[in-house]
Amino acid sequence: MNKYKKITLDGLIFQNPTFMLVLGTCPTLGLISSAFSAMGMGLTVIVILTLSNVLISLLRKLIPNEVRIPCYIVIIATLVTFARMLLEKFVPDLYDSLGGFLALIVVNCIILGRAEAFANKHNPLEAAVDGIANGLGFTCALTVMGVVCEFLGKGSLFGYHIMDFKIGMLATPAGAFIVYGLSIALFVYVIDVFQRARRVKANKLARENLMTQGVE
Amino acid sequence: MATIIAVILAAVLTENFITVKTYGICPFLGVSKKTSSAVGMGVAVTLVMAIATAVTYPIYKFVMVPLKIEFLEIIFFIFIIASLVQMLEKIIQKLSPSLYGAMGIYLPLITTNCAVLGVTELVIGNMDAVYGSVSAAAAYGLSVLYAFAAGIGFTLVMIIMSGMREKLNCYKTPKALAGFPIAMVTASFICMAFMVFKSIAV
Repeated sequence: MNKYKKITLDGLIFQNPTFMLVLGTCPTLGLISSAFSAMGMGLTVIVILTLSNVLISLLRKLIPNEVRIPCYIVIIATLVTFARMLLEKFVPDLYDSLGGFLALIVVNCIILGRAEAFANKHNPLEAAVDGIANGLGFTCALTVMGVVCEFLGKGSLFGYHIMDFKIGMLATPAGAFIVYGLSIALFVYVIDVFQRARRVKANKLARENLMTQGVE
Repeated sequence: MATIIAVILAAVLTENFITVKTYGICPFLGVSKKTSSAVGMGVAVTLVMAIATAVTYPIYKFVMVPLKIEFLEIIFFIFIIASLVQMLEKIIQKLSPSLYGAMGIYLPLITTNCAVLGVTELVIGNMDAVYGSVSAAAAYGLSVLYAFAAGIGFTLVMIIMSGMREKLNCYKTPKALAGFPIAMVTASFICMAFMVFKSIAV
């Protein structure tokens, strides 16, 4: 059980694809001007990433090592084609708001990165957990930044009008860059503070143990 | 003539791939630490974008549409781009070893560059807003021109960014901001500067 907890925590926080590894930046910067499209992108990536991880993990003994990258790309491109058809048919709003970025999921570094770094070495269940965790990490990051950009840039949330005050710059790529950059800085800083606090606590505990042993 | 100028201006400035469309951000952030590598990457991307569009556009319009297999475009395009990049690498290696030494290492990275797949997907869509109504042959020529000009715009922003990052190295940044965050804040200012070009009405 501990193994799955570690995979989940890595995907969500310590190796968060958006903030810690800075992967999949194109859709992030292109779509966070609207919380709806950012979250839609995240959910699509969760589904595609989980399926591609499971498929690649199932096929990992069959795929020859020399041609593995083209094989992964075929699998991912097929999944993206399916996703595109399904979205166009059932969620046309989302299909329109994602625009060109839907096809570009094929070259999203997160999916190929997870296939190469994780799925081809682990069993399907672990690969599925890893896919969901990383996808969730990506979705949460995109949604949070999307909410910030849309609220301040357009004065609305998920398309619902909230206030008249708005900083138009934040709804453009320039604002996306600045919000993304500052979010990474904040995330890295918070994690750093937590880890330092944990280290200090562990050191203190070790010292106390040593002291009590010395007294005995 | 007016259309050609309009296409070039749109691709290089008003709809710049990095600052307006946010395609191809990975190489933009990853390879822009030094001006020399930024130029190499920019030239390689420009070349691949133009050649990829020149190959994929006729395949889509004259093979895939008549056969009604448009839905396979993603799979087709990514394979065409991957094999093109491989082929280009071999050709450059044979013809000009010095050029290969300068940009050979960037070529394999381009396969998974969103800017290349992005431009091939973009030009097969509805481009009437940029081209006006033109014949099929003219649309093909303009599409290749658009891809080439978009590559030039990409190179331009890469060079600006690398210059700024080289300067930035001389200053101390707070620990949390070092690396990617400060690069993104810098990129944000470049985007703001490029917003000026929105007022070019062509």
